[in-house]
Amino acid sequence: MQVPAQFAYAKAGSVDEAIALLRRHGPDALVVAGGHSLIPMMKLRLAEPTALIDINGLSELTGVAVQGDEVRLGAMVRHGEVLDSPVVREHFPILADAERLIADPIVRNRGTVGGSLCQADPSEDLSAAFSALRASVVIRSADGERVVPVREFHHGPYETAVAHGELLLEVRVPIRAATGSAYQKIERRAGDWAVASAGAVVTLDGDTVVDVGIGLTAVGAPHFVAPEAEDALRGGPATDDAFAAAARVAAEHCSPSADQRGPVDYKRHLVGELVTRTLQRATARARGEA
Amino acid sequence: MEITVRVNGVPQTRDVEPRLLLTHFLRDELRLTGTHWGCDTTNCGACVVRLDGVPVKSCTVLAVMADGASVDTVEGLAHGAELDPVQEGFVTCHGLQCGFCTPGMLMTTRALLDRDPDPSPATIREAISGQICRCTGYENIVRSVRWAAERTQAEQQSEVAP
Ligand SMILES: Cc1cc2nc3c(=O)[nH]c(=O)nc-3n(C[C@H](O)[C@H](O)[C@H](O)COP(=O)(O)OP(=O)(O)OC[C@H]3O[C@@H](n4cnc5c(N)ncnc54)[C@H](O)[C@@H]3O)c2cc1C
Ligand code: FES
Ligand code: FES
Repeated sequence: MQVPAQFAYAKAGSVDEAIALLRRHGPDALVVAGGHSLIPMMKLRLAEPTALIDINGLSELTGVAVQGDEVRLGAMVRHGEVLDSPVVREHFPILADAERLIADPIVRNRGTVGGSLCQADPSEDLSAAFSALRASVVIRSADGERVVPVREFHHGPYETAVAHGELLLEVRVPIRAATGSAYQKIERRAGDWAVASAGAVVTLDGDTVVDVGIGLTAVGAPHFVAPEAEDALRGGPATDDAFAAAARVAAEHCSPSADQRGPVDYKRHLVGELVTRTLQRATARARGEA
Repeated sequence: MEITVRVNGVPQTRDVEPRLLLTHFLRDELRLTGTHWGCDTTNCGACVVRLDGVPVKSCTVLAVMADGASVDTVEGLAHGAELDPVQEGFVTCHGLQCGFCTPGMLMTTRALLDRDPDPSPATIREAISGQICRCTGYENIVRSVRWAAERTQAEQQSEVAP
């Protein structure tokens, strides 16, 4: 039986109260969202917070809504809500693709957008999708709010821009015209973490790729992106040859590690295939074909 | 700390450690051992209960997080001696063998039918994809849920008919 170490527990009634509670309980206090990364780590004693501040039930952190030319997703939006959201399906099929592949429906009832980003697991899927979309996050501390691009949010495995005493409030994703997106993952069995995943966001002007975002997960890509492959494709034609060439660049520049999910050359091969396929799918969607 | 959880409609107040998991609150504190405890790693789904109506893996929820909420377990499915249609379905279509996965399967598929009264076999498979059954090969579980869906619809139609 796995039992977490002792800790104090408090339910926050507001974002400001959560921040105050974090400060009051000291540097080893953590917030708990869905708890589906944190509680397993506590059961294994890989995490031993002295206090948990529960942010479930903070209505300030819920909801998926269009605001101007952005979509705003609250930190406490559950994976299942992202998957079911008509706004997400309309503007960001990449997020719906990714959510369908994250864990299983019961875990998706609990795990949250904010928890996923803050956990910053190197195999986490939403970080790659939000990086491809060039989203940003809003972080609040006792001193105020700041906006950080997702591409600058991750400081390394399990490390992010969120400092102690801070809370991630929401993710903002820009809505762009003539744009399509897609996400694909190779997993050993349904619901498992990725062997490798890729996400692509393609903006077209006729047959020219005017902008592109390529996200990667589980393959050691810094900030979950493939900037060299993006540069190779941007401004060029939206053709299968160009996609395959960009995919080779992405496969070359990532740095996967060998583990029980496979050797390095296999993972590079997957990156090449997945980047090609998601670029094709995203382009078809940008053209309204899929 | 003292918590009150409404379990199968009955408020239950207990003094618990914050680290107590909801599974153990149900099984050990309330002696409701219908909720099973399998992998302890959020993978098998034997521990699924409904938290404010939503199916969750109770081995990965703290009991204190359920303070003030409603929890429904397999013990609350039947109405007196009358089984819920999903329970009847599992009996009729041999949806279980050893029964270890069954409480979780019943809670998830009851929630599915509440949302979608006529799910396709593919939808049922997707809904139970976070739950492991080592006995049935899933085929009979899918049949059991279809049986429950059809039985419920037939009953509703006969109620509407004069
Ligand atoms: C069986 C299983 C399979 C899974 N498979 C996948 C998968 O295939 N792909 C994938 O991407 N994920 C997967 N996950 C992870 C899942 O998506 C988690 O739910 C997610 O990583 C964490 O979200 P959470 O809300 O549960 O976070 P929690 O566990 O509550 O928190 C995680 C961390 O983030 C911090 N935190 C949470 N919210 C905030 C906030 N608003 N501000 C500041 N800090 C915060 C916490 O303090 C903690 O350190 C899986 C999980 C399980 C149990
Ligand atoms: S005991 Fe909870 S998922 Fe297996
Ligand atoms: S009936 Fe034995 S595990 Fe499902």
